[in-house]
Amino acid sequence: MKIITGNDLKTGAVIWWDGRGWSIHVEDAVDVGEHGEQILAVEDAACRVNGGYVIEAERDDAGQVRPAHIKDRIRALGPTVRPDLTLKPADPNAGNWVI
Amino acid sequence: MYRYDHYDQAMVDARVEDFRDQTRRRLAGLMTDDQFKPLRLKNGLYLQLHAYMLRIAIPYGTLDSRQLRKLAHIARTYDRGYGHFTTRQNLQFHWIKLEQAPDILAELAEVEMHCIQTSGESIRNISADHYAGAAADEIMDPRPWAEMLRQMTTFHPEFSYLPRKFKICVIAAAEDRAAMRWHDFGLRIVKNEAGEIGFEVYPGGGMGRTPFIAYKSADFVPQHQIFSYLQAVLRVWNRHARRDNIHKQRMKILVHELGEEEFTRQVEEEFQRFLALGTDFPQAEYDRIAAYFAPPPFEAGLSDEIDRSDPDFALWVGRQVAAHKAPGYAIANISLKKIGGIGGDITAEQMEVVADLAERYSFDELRVSHVQNLVLPHVKKEDLYAVWQALVEADLADVNLDLVTDIIACPGLDYCSLANARSIPVAQKIAQRFADLDRQRELGELKIKISGCINACGHHHAGNIGILGVDKKGSEAYQLLLGGSGDEDVSQAKITGPGFDEDGVVDAVEKATDVYLRERTGGERFLDTYRRIGMEPFKEAIYG
Repeated sequence: MKIITGNDLKTGAVIWWDGRGWSIHVEDAVDVGEHGEQILAVEDAACRVNGGYVIEAERDDAGQVRPAHIKDRIRALGPTVRPDLTLKPADPNAGNWVI
Repeated sequence: MYRYDHYDQAMVDARVEDFRDQTRRRLAGLMTDDQFKPLRLKNGLYLQLHAYMLRIAIPYGTLDSRQLRKLAHIARTYDRGYGHFTTRQNLQFHWIKLEQAPDILAELAEVEMHCIQTSGESIRNISADHYAGAAADEIMDPRPWAEMLRQMTTFHPEFSYLPRKFKICVIAAAEDRAAMRWHDFGLRIVKNEAGEIGFEVYPGGGMGRTPFIAYKSADFVPQHQIFSYLQAVLRVWNRHARRDNIHKQRMKILVHELGEEEFTRQVEEEFQRFLALGTDFPQAEYDRIAAYFAPPPFEAGLSDEIDRSDPDFALWVGRQVAAHKAPGYAIANISLKKIGGIGGDITAEQMEVVADLAERYSFDELRVSHVQNLVLPHVKKEDLYAVWQALVEADLADVNLDLVTDIIACPGLDYCSLANARSIPVAQKIAQRFADLDRQRELGELKIKISGCINACGHHHAGNIGILGVDKKGSEAYQLLLGGSGDEDVSQAKITGPGFDEDGVVDAVEKATDVYLRERTGGERFLDTYRRIGMEPFKEAIYG
C-alpha cells in the first residue's frame, strides 16, 4: 500500500494522511493508491503539511499499518532511545515494532 | 567573554524580527516551503524526523551561567526539558514548534545568543580549544582571534552565499584538543623565533563523504594579517568551486583537485592583493576585543594540593581534571557520557546545576567541548571537592574522559532526517559492554566516534575506532574503521572490511580491544598499537 506522511507546518509533528485530513497516528493512514502526489499538491498548497511525501507500507498481521522503511517507522513512533517521548510511552515493547 | 555592543544587539534583534515576519508569512500561506526553507535554515531551524530542530550557536564553545540558564528555560518552556550539545560546540533542541521559533530567538537575543550561521552555505560557528584561556600549555587565549574572525565574516556579503559550508577552528597549543586539522580552515597560534605571534595555517580539511586532513599552507602568517589570508583562501575557493555538484563543493575537494601547491600559490597571490587593500583589523580593534577575554582575577598564593582521601573523588580528579595555567587552579571536565545515557544530552535541571557551579566556582565561565562534554575552566583546586559533590548529586560525575565510553555519537536515525542508521543505541551498547571502570582504565585512552551517515557529524573518520551507519537494503548496518585521530597526531581511520549489524559491531569493537590488550607494549595507547602492528591482526580477530 502507499501512504502519505509529512510534518505539521506549525508544530513539526509527524502526520499521516487519513483520507480526510491528517492524523499523528500511523494506524490511521490510508492507502492512497496512485493519488498521493495529487493529494499532496492540494494539501501543500493549503499549508496543511510540510515536506510531505508518499511511502510504501504494509498491513502487518495485527492489521496495523507498517511503513516499509525504518526511518518512517521511527518517525511514526518517536526516538527509540527515548521511549518516554514516543507516542506510546507506556508500552515497553513499542520499540520492537520499529526494528 | 565577549559582550555585545549596541550594534551587535541591534543586528541580532533585527534578525529576530525579520524571522518573525518570515514565519508569519509562511504560516499564513504567503510563502511556499521552497521559499521559506532557506530563510529558516539561515536561522538554524531545520526540519528533522519528529519536529523542527533549532541549532544555537555557542561561539568557540564559550558560555556563561546566564546563557546556560536561558537554555534551560528554553528547554523547559519550548522543548521537552533537555538539549543536545553537538560536535561543533553548539546546542540543539529537537522538539521545536515553528510557531514558537521567533519567540525562542527573541529569548536568546536577550542573553546575546543567536542561531545565525548554524546552517546553510556560510561560515559556521567558529570552534576553538575548549581549554582556551585556561590551558597550561597554550601560547595565548585563541578566543579573541576566533571572535575577531567571527565579527569580520558574519553577514559579510562575499561569504553569505559560499559554495558550501565552511568551518574554522583556532587553537593555541601544540596539543590539538579541537580536531583542528579536520576543518576547512585550521589555525594554530605560534610564536616565531623573534617571539612574534602568528598563525600556522591549515586549509582543506573536512570529514563527510570525502574526508581530507588539512595540509599546512603557511608556517607563519603574522597575526594582524590573518584576515587577509582567510579572505584569500575564500576568494580562491569561491572562484573555482564546483557549484554544479553538491558532492564537490567543499573546499577540500578544490584543494585536492588543484593540488596543495597550486592552491597555495593562488592563495599567496590573492593574499598579497588583500594586504595591499588594508582590510585587516587595526591593533586598537584587536585590543578592544581581547580585553573581553582578559584572564579573570586569579587569586595568588593558593595551594596546589588536592585532598584525595575520598577514593571516588580521587578517581574523578585523576581522570576529569586537567592542568591550569594559574597556580592553585584546575580545569574540571564534566562528562555528559553517562553509561546507558545519550551522549551530549543534558536536562534543564542539570543545565541549571552547571550554571550555578560556573557562577560560584569558575568565574562564571563554561566551555563546551567538541567531544560533547562540558568544562568548568577555572576552578580552585580547594573547591574541586565541592564541585564534585554537586556533580554527583546532579548525576554528572561520570569518570570517563577520553576512555572507551566517552563516545562521540551524532543524533543518528533517532532524530536526524539525513541519517541512515541509529548511532545512539550503538554507543549505549558499547558503553554498557565496557561499563566497568577498571576495564575502561585498563584500556586507557580510546576514542570511539559514531556517525549515522556519511556526513560524519559523529567524526567517525577521526575515531581510534570509528563506526559509520549505512543503509543496507532498508536495514541498518555498520562499518567499522580503525586508526583515526582528531588530535595533533591526526590520521584518517580505515575501514576494516564488511559491515555488521548493531550487535555485531559491538562485538567487533570488543575484539579490536582484545587485540590491543594482547599486542600492546610499554605505555602504548590503542592508536599507538594499531599504528605499529597495522590492520591485519585486527581484521584477523574480527573476521577470522
